Amino acid sequence: MLTLRLYMLQRITALVMAPLVLLHLGVMIYAIQGGLSAEEILGRTQGSALWFAIYATFTLSIAIHGAIGLRAIAAEWGGFRGYGLEALMWVTGAFLLGLGLRAVWAVTYGAAP
Amino acid sequence: MPVKTHQVTIVRSSDAATEFEVPAHDNQTVLDVVSWIQQYADPTLSYRFACRVGMCGSCAMTVNGVPRWTCRTHISKVLQDGAVEIGPLRNLPVVKDLTVDMDPFFDKWIAAEGVHHESRTRHDDIAPIDASDPARVEASAGIECINCAVCYAACDTVTANDSYLGPAALQRGWTLLNDAKDAGHDAILEAVSGTGGCHNCHSMGSCTALCPNELDPMSAIAGLKRETAKSFFKRRR
Repeated sequence: MLTLRLYMLQRITALVMAPLVLLHLGVMIYAIQGGLSAEEILGRTQGSALWFAIYATFTLSIAIHGAIGLRAIAAEWGGFRGYGLEALMWVTGAFLLGLGLRAVWAVTYGAAP
Repeated sequence: MPVKTHQVTIVRSSDAATEFEVPAHDNQTVLDVVSWIQQYADPTLSYRFACRVGMCGSCAMTVNGVPRWTCRTHISKVLQDGAVEIGPLRNLPVVKDLTVDMDPFFDKWIAAEGVHHESRTRHDDIAPIDASDPARVEASAGIECINCAVCYAACDTVTANDSYLGPAALQRGWTLLNDAKDAGHDAILEAVSGTGGCHNCHSMGSCTALCPNELDPMSAIAGLKRETAKSFFKRRR
């Protein structure tokens, strides 16, 4: 059920995610040295255009990559076809993107708790 | 002296399996066993074969759960405790007993542009072919396909996705793409980029593992993925 366009989107987002995953894991390991606190994390991310850009890109890639991957599984294992399959892919992508961007916004430009 | 026999189970289209005791011989093929049953035990058994020497690709069946060309498969190689189960090919509609309808297989062959796209007329010279040219080496690698549909029956992606063109059709597309005498480059790339195209392949490799002529459809499909990816950036589709 994959066309060339979907295949390329999934591969390109994988290329984008590969370094970001390493960065994400690296920062996690770095950030927990000496304990983990919300203040420390927010102190690093709030108001930061760089962290917003990195995690917004990461979130967008995840939403596209995951939705296309789930589409293939739903088609081959779940028997989804036609509009049902398209709807599942778009809803999944929009859901992941919405959740992710909400969180990214909250830790960068959202109102402080 | 008692005659040595094989216990043979034939999976019939009537949802019933029929058991037969078939006399054993030296150098006996699976097709020999099926023919013995049809000639001496059950004349209603339907199956398909033609050349008996691995050239025509019509005798493929499922033998102990694995698709094989039956004319070149020795029964001694597939027997399990003196028994064997023979059924029709997977992923194709059964006509009767061991005979499947090959139409979907060949329809997809055409859908993948597995047809000749003329590059010259009869008034032109014949295109010179250099056997060592890298593209020609790729083309030559796939030309011995006998259309037996063993790879198509072996492919789990075909099972899960009825629109998937399958290993044989995609391999023919790749062969023609690399053939200097074929002018179908763009048509082939277009044909293998759709809903049932090469991008659905998960590279599980059953096609390459089971091809009786030891061809490599999985690598041919990987080649199509590369070429379509290049065309994606060139044409900005």
